[in-house]
Amino acid sequence: MTDSIIASFKLDYGAFSLDVDLRLPSLGITVLFGHSGSGKTTLLRCIAGLQHAPQGFLAINGKTWQDSEHNLFLPTHKRSLGYVFQEANLFAHLTVLGNLCYGLKRIKQNSNSENFKQIVELLGIEHLMQRLPEHLSGGERQRVAIARALVLNPDLLLMDEPLASLDSKRKQEILPFLMRLHTELKIPVFYVTHSQQEVAQLADYLVLLADGKVQAAGLLSETLSRLDLSQAQDREAASVWQVSIVEHETAYHLTCVAVGTDVAMQRLYLPAIDAPLDTTLRIQIYARDVSITLEVPKATSILNILPATITDLIDDSEGGQSIVRLQVGSQPLLARITRKSAQLLSLQTGMKVYVQIKSTSILN
Amino acid sequence: MLSADDINAIWLTLKVASLATFILLLIGTPIAWWLVRSQFRGKSICNALVALPIVLPPSVLGFYLLILMGPSGLVGRLTTDLGLGVLPFTFAGLVVASVFYSLPFVVQPLQTAFTAIGDAPLEAAATLRANPLDTFFTVVIPLSRSGFLTASILGFTHTVGEFGVVLMVGGNIPERTRVVSVQIYNHVEAMEYSQAHGLAGILLVFSFLVLLLLYSTLKTNPVSPLK
Repeated sequence: MTDSIIASFKLDYGAFSLDVDLRLPSLGITVLFGHSGSGKTTLLRCIAGLQHAPQGFLAINGKTWQDSEHNLFLPTHKRSLGYVFQEANLFAHLTVLGNLCYGLKRIKQNSNSENFKQIVELLGIEHLMQRLPEHLSGGERQRVAIARALVLNPDLLLMDEPLASLDSKRKQEILPFLMRLHTELKIPVFYVTHSQQEVAQLADYLVLLADGKVQAAGLLSETLSRLDLSQAQDREAASVWQVSIVEHETAYHLTCVAVGTDVAMQRLYLPAIDAPLDTTLRIQIYARDVSITLEVPKATSILNILPATITDLIDDSEGGQSIVRLQVGSQPLLARITRKSAQLLSLQTGMKVYVQIKSTSILN
Repeated sequence: MLSADDINAIWLTLKVASLATFILLLIGTPIAWWLVRSQFRGKSICNALVALPIVLPPSVLGFYLLILMGPSGLVGRLTTDLGLGVLPFTFAGLVVASVFYSLPFVVQPLQTAFTAIGDAPLEAAATLRANPLDTFFTVVIPLSRSGFLTASILGFTHTVGEFGVVLMVGGNIPERTRVVSVQIYNHVEAMEYSQAHGLAGILLVFSFLVLLLLYSTLKTNPVSPLK
């Protein structure tokens, strides 16, 4: 396969070991998610070649970067990648422009390209070009670091918790840029984080890591709604849906969005959003905000009531709650209800029910 | 006030110190880099060897250099075979001895500067397509500017101040090996105190000014060679 990324590594440091075998899409944002010590940064560093896993195979769109069986290990500087570190890691002796051009010079390019202008504009750093890194704010530094990696137009962009060292205000300053990257550039991104919020906002594809092993890997909505993973049982468990705006009900300050494709389209009301029709949005629905009824409720204040089918059901580890996995059109949805309710309604896999969604939050 | 011999001694001192500093930067830089970056087990031995001239009496260092570079020494035989003659009591011998004598004063500030850089900028450079040599010249050296300044100044002034090693290896030959410190000794031996005052004063003021320049340029404390 030439349009995918194969990454398989084995290393053992005694206290920590990594053993992964992944086939990942070479499109969109793949988030490597896990707690500290789960091996997500080590995996990223192995992909970059900053760490040399004694056993490994790595191929990016058909180009082999490491193949330990054939003694092949391409050093980092020969890999077409961009890397954004947790700390911006800019060169202190160079201006912003100098930092941006450092990599370009080495691939015999300069700052006169359209690509360069587009990225500088995308990240909003035009006015910082002559400054030294010490005169930049944390958020500005990180934006320059992202631009420095992107201007090389790499085959793969690796980001190691690029927001972790920033306060929440600065995070909110950078996240929109990352989301724009997503829509405006065609470079596949591997993004390491331990923040559920960043997963919900950025991920297309999700890899869950624990103790150096892959727990699950798959499309975001699929993986988030897998009940066998601890994610779904968390109090913060949520589903993420991709929706598009179909109508504005200005009188009520509401926006109506479509869920899923034409065949199985559902409508959902959200608080008014100032965006044109057909705009694609990503919304998050917490499992605790979803309740289940067997019939369409006749009198309720809840606007969003959708038909759904139960696809799975488990009790949480403490025993008081049940987590229900449903299918709404083409989208999976999690509901967190009391175990008593689940029994009273005798919920079972395969049942047709209605879900009431109390609230949603918009991610972009 | 200064005699022709005094002037000659000053010139000779400056020539030896400049040349030694230049050579020290050339060989001290890779040594320091290697000592910082390599995972080699015997690194402590190398560190101790480099630091040896700090604690060794100069006469001991000079004695061994004299033996080594002499007609039956290892280096002496090599230089003889190469048609260079033997090095002791020549200008070249003095420079070689100075390089050994001042080595730690150049290597140690560089080591400290290289350690301070850490891995991060090197990794950033690698992800930006720079090979290790390229990274060294375009990232490591510019980021170690203060280390190089400290190393050059300490190496130079320390060479200017040497005495014991010069006497052992260089002797006291006018215009070839008679440097300022030896000339001062000569004046004192001959009871020419006013002449000695002149040269000693110049050395004192020179050393003070150089260190003043160093401390004021770096603002913070320069890297100590004995850290």
